[in-house]
Amino acid sequence: MQTLVGSARSPVPAVVREKKRRPAGVRSWLPWVFIAPNLIGLIAFTLGPMLAGLGIAFTRWNVLSGLGGIEWVGLDNFTELFADPKFWKALGRTVFFAGLGVPLSIAFGLLLALALNRPLVGRAALRVVFFVPSMVNTVAIGMVWLLVLNPSAGLLNQALRFLGLSEPPTWLVSENWALPALVLIQVWAGMGYQAVIYLAALQELPQDLHEAAMIDGAGAWRRFRTITWPSLMPTTVFLAITSFIGTSQGFGLIAFLTGGGPGESTTVLAYYMYQSGFQAYKFGYAAAIGVVTFAAVLLLTLVLWRFQKGRGLYT
Amino acid sequence: MTRSRTDRTLRTWLLSVVMWAIAVLFALPLVWMISASLKRNIDVFTLPVTWIPDPVRWVNYADVWAGDPPLLRYFGNSLIVATAAVTGELFTSSLAGYAFARMRFKGRDRLFLLYIATSIVPTQLLLVPRFMFFQAVGLYDTLWALILPSMFTVFGTFLMRQHFSAVPGELAEAARIDGAGEWSIYWRIYLPMAKPVLAALAILGFVWSWNSYETPLIMLSTDENYTLPVGLTRFVDGDGGLAGGLSMAAATSSVVPMIIVFLVFQRQFLSALSRTGLK
Repeated sequence: MQTLVGSARSPVPAVVREKKRRPAGVRSWLPWVFIAPNLIGLIAFTLGPMLAGLGIAFTRWNVLSGLGGIEWVGLDNFTELFADPKFWKALGRTVFFAGLGVPLSIAFGLLLALALNRPLVGRAALRVVFFVPSMVNTVAIGMVWLLVLNPSAGLLNQALRFLGLSEPPTWLVSENWALPALVLIQVWAGMGYQAVIYLAALQELPQDLHEAAMIDGAGAWRRFRTITWPSLMPTTVFLAITSFIGTSQGFGLIAFLTGGGPGESTTVLAYYMYQSGFQAYKFGYAAAIGVVTFAAVLLLTLVLWRFQKGRGLYT
Repeated sequence: MTRSRTDRTLRTWLLSVVMWAIAVLFALPLVWMISASLKRNIDVFTLPVTWIPDPVRWVNYADVWAGDPPLLRYFGNSLIVATAAVTGELFTSSLAGYAFARMRFKGRDRLFLLYIATSIVPTQLLLVPRFMFFQAVGLYDTLWALILPSMFTVFGTFLMRQHFSAVPGELAEAARIDGAGEWSIYWRIYLPMAKPVLAALAILGFVWSWNSYETPLIMLSTDENYTLPVGLTRFVDGDGGLAGGLSMAAATSSVVPMIIVFLVFQRQFLSALSRTGLK
């Protein structure tokens, strides 16, 4: 009975719908035929690997010893992980990286969208300029910023010296500045995307509320705070969740630009996992890091989701 | 009234000037990339920056495209992977999305929830088992290791489902009364109506595949099979230094197709993005 599933949207009364329905059980396998191509692939390349990854986290296995060398070690990887100072530091850096980068790129994206939603001279061109960086591949971005952040001749430090800063940061070669530099690149590359999503949401907002508020004498800030911002809450939560997921897996820039260094200063969880798995061949340990990352992201997602639901009640 | 209108025009102009100033600053890294791609290596780091290269070395592009490392081959590989991945994704996602939206079956909503849940699994956790799998079946270090997983995406299914749930079901009813089978209802009626969404999904999938770096880094080991982002790393020397003009010409070359795709399909692209964010 594959009829009128979108019933909530259908204007046809329920009684009429009932009559039109096919008897239950007729060709009930048909939906599965439609889903099968996708589902089989998803099982093979996502669900399967996901479960395998969970399983591997409880084993010790060196790829060189073949499949026979897999050894069940229970929670060993996790106890080792929680006693590993490198893990905790990597976690801290991930929190710093995402905790600074995600809110910044969302905030700049929102500001950008608010501005680009107003009448502007050359607005279409402006939108393109701000959006282009999010279409550029990680390595090209890395190559450009390698030049921009060059301590002596780079564009940024030339500008900072021009502004009177005699000893600007050495960015990617400094243990203190490498991670903030990566945040900077991340925000630059990501804010255009956030802006586009916000723009789409802004254009769907009903205008009459705004006009009513304006007639009542509400100023721009007040209108933003009481109308625009609450209506954008679902978009903000969506962006926060997806960006946190993306950034907690942030890998490409680090792999290309710093290799986790200098020292360990940019070894975030995702990179530590890569090192453990694909460089040290400790696949069980790497999988355990993945599981912990997954758990953290899941928790964060649930919290953000609850937050949005709570707000949804009042707006 | 007139006063407030001139007021508004003034504000528009002010904001425009501010936004363009920010835009110029924002675009500087990419402008520098393009400018440096036309310079001799020794000119890339001259102080202060020269924005217009002198002499203009178009030959950088010729060197990069025809030389070694072979940018042309990386381009070809990326094109193969992106085309195959997108074709597969469009097919499997539209079918599954249609079933999730327009058909009723037991466990549908729970299965869909499972779909959504898998999208927060960290890629790295999947990469270890995928790496082992592709080694076991002999597809490691082939383009298949990149193509296969990206043919079946949760995102595509989600997008198609959202679209198909929003279209009215009466059309299918009418067709069914005329004796059309489910397949032809999907293929002849609903799929043609979904062209804008399919276009949007195709563009997003293409960009995603074209820019993907981590998976090829792990799944490919020979230069012969490198896709563009991994291939680009060969233009960087061992110390992390850049071969100046040449590497910037390579980077610029890798970006141009994406910018063309974006400019040509801007409308579909933006609507695709808004769909991902809103519904």
